[in-house]
Amino acid sequence: MIKKIKKIVKDFSLGELRGGLKITAKELVNKKVTIQFPEERTPISPRFRGLHALMLYPNGEERCIACKLCEAVCPANAITIESELRSDNTRRTTRYDIDLFKCIFCGFCEEACPVDAIVETQIFDYVFESRKGSVINKENLIEVGKKHKDSIIKAKSEDLKYII
Amino acid sequence: MELWQSFVNWLDLAIPWFDGAVANMLIILIKSIALVMPLMLAVAYFTYAERKIIGYMQLRVGPNRVGPRGWLQPIADALKLMTKEIIFPSKSNIYLFLLAPVLAIAPAIAVWAVIPFDKGIYVTNLDVSLLYVLAIGSIGVYGIILAGWASNSKYPLLGALRSASLLVSYEIVIGFALVTVAMIAGSVNLNTIVEAQRGSIIHWYWIPLLPMVIIFFISALVETNRAPFDVVEGESEIVGGTHVEYSGMTFAVFFLAEYANMIFMSVLTVIMFFGGWHSPFENILYLEQLFSWVPGIIWLLIKTTFFMFLYLWIRATFPRFRYDQIMRLSWKVFLPITIVWIFVVALMTQLKLAPWF
Repeated sequence: MIKKIKKIVKDFSLGELRGGLKITAKELVNKKVTIQFPEERTPISPRFRGLHALMLYPNGEERCIACKLCEAVCPANAITIESELRSDNTRRTTRYDIDLFKCIFCGFCEEACPVDAIVETQIFDYVFESRKGSVINKENLIEVGKKHKDSIIKAKSEDLKYII
Repeated sequence: MELWQSFVNWLDLAIPWFDGAVANMLIILIKSIALVMPLMLAVAYFTYAERKIIGYMQLRVGPNRVGPRGWLQPIADALKLMTKEIIFPSKSNIYLFLLAPVLAIAPAIAVWAVIPFDKGIYVTNLDVSLLYVLAIGSIGVYGIILAGWASNSKYPLLGALRSASLLVSYEIVIGFALVTVAMIAGSVNLNTIVEAQRGSIIHWYWIPLLPMVIIFFISALVETNRAPFDVVEGESEIVGGTHVEYSGMTFAVFFLAEYANMIFMSVLTVIMFFGGWHSPFENILYLEQLFSWVPGIIWLLIKTTFFMFLYLWIRATFPRFRYDQIMRLSWKVFLPITIVWIFVVALMTQLKLAPWF
């Protein structure tokens, strides 16, 4: 009987509604969890697979030897490579295109590479200004590699601990 | 008012063709502008407050990019809507389609004419102002119904039908709830009603009419199509309801009307149940003297702001009602309670229950 009266009192004094309102009022003054993206960033794993880059040797020579292993392993057929024999009898690429629309960012190219030339960086906020812009060529890739050299090397060396 | 009179007298002397009729027109015009401009500004910043407060309640920060802390967001919104193209549905009736937003905004603004902001500050002192409020308030729904009909599209039509039936159900409840106020105050003039609540915080009508306050506020939520009763828009069910086919400025006008109505309902709640412009510290020792310099309009605005905040708070808290539940709430819960309370109030009036009668 007491229970029944209690329930009636609670219902007519909008007990459940007041409970809900109390929760939202509490959240109103709580600390906010939003991260202001361009200014603040969330931590990224060193294994993050973002935009690609072609790395160079410290003397400026490009690492890629046009073995085409990455082209072969690429499950999305995003990589196109053409090669030539240079005057010093080394084989180098003349064309290294990655179609970023086709690319699924699986990281197989990086794993397949015997000379650690193609790597995936932690960059994820890039844009294309035209539809054709999705295909990035050798110059772009080398440029990315040069620009973000330090962060790439840092991420890869951090990841090295976990590679057996 | 004396200042007005001296101003008019001066005009009378200064300009030969100036007479009483022109003066009245001019006064009403100036008063209307003085009312509508702050109202539109309030609406603009009410939308900002809504986004900000609901964001905070959802642990987000809300708009904070346009201007410092997002202060210019409503201006940017308005500019965006003004520059956008108005698209007419190809098989709609363009005249009705354009008339609908006008019919929505006109009553939403006209209804403010009778609101007393302070002792003697109003656009017009109508003796039947409560009736005027109810009558003009009902016209507002024609805009929504017409919008749904003129769009010649099924979701707007469904929204319009829902709006029409909600209005029929809840107009009765609101009417009965306000009748109790009129019974206590013995008048339907809003000025007299506020005057009758003079005294102190316990003289206000919210104590004898507590159930009516709750019912009136919930009904006001329905009338203004606000969450949790926003089935007229119901994004998850009927896309945007009556707003589906509207874009650009026509949509902005509906938006404006909805928010103006919300502010109006808050003001009406304050005037009816919470003592209008009266200070809550009246007849309390020391506090009354301490706050005697605060003009009544400030008290009215503070109380109104609280109820506007309540609108946003409720929107951030409760999920949407199902349509038949809203109907049941009106006919099976609110209407019986209001009718019973009318008799209770009649009894209280006969018993001359202090301090309200």
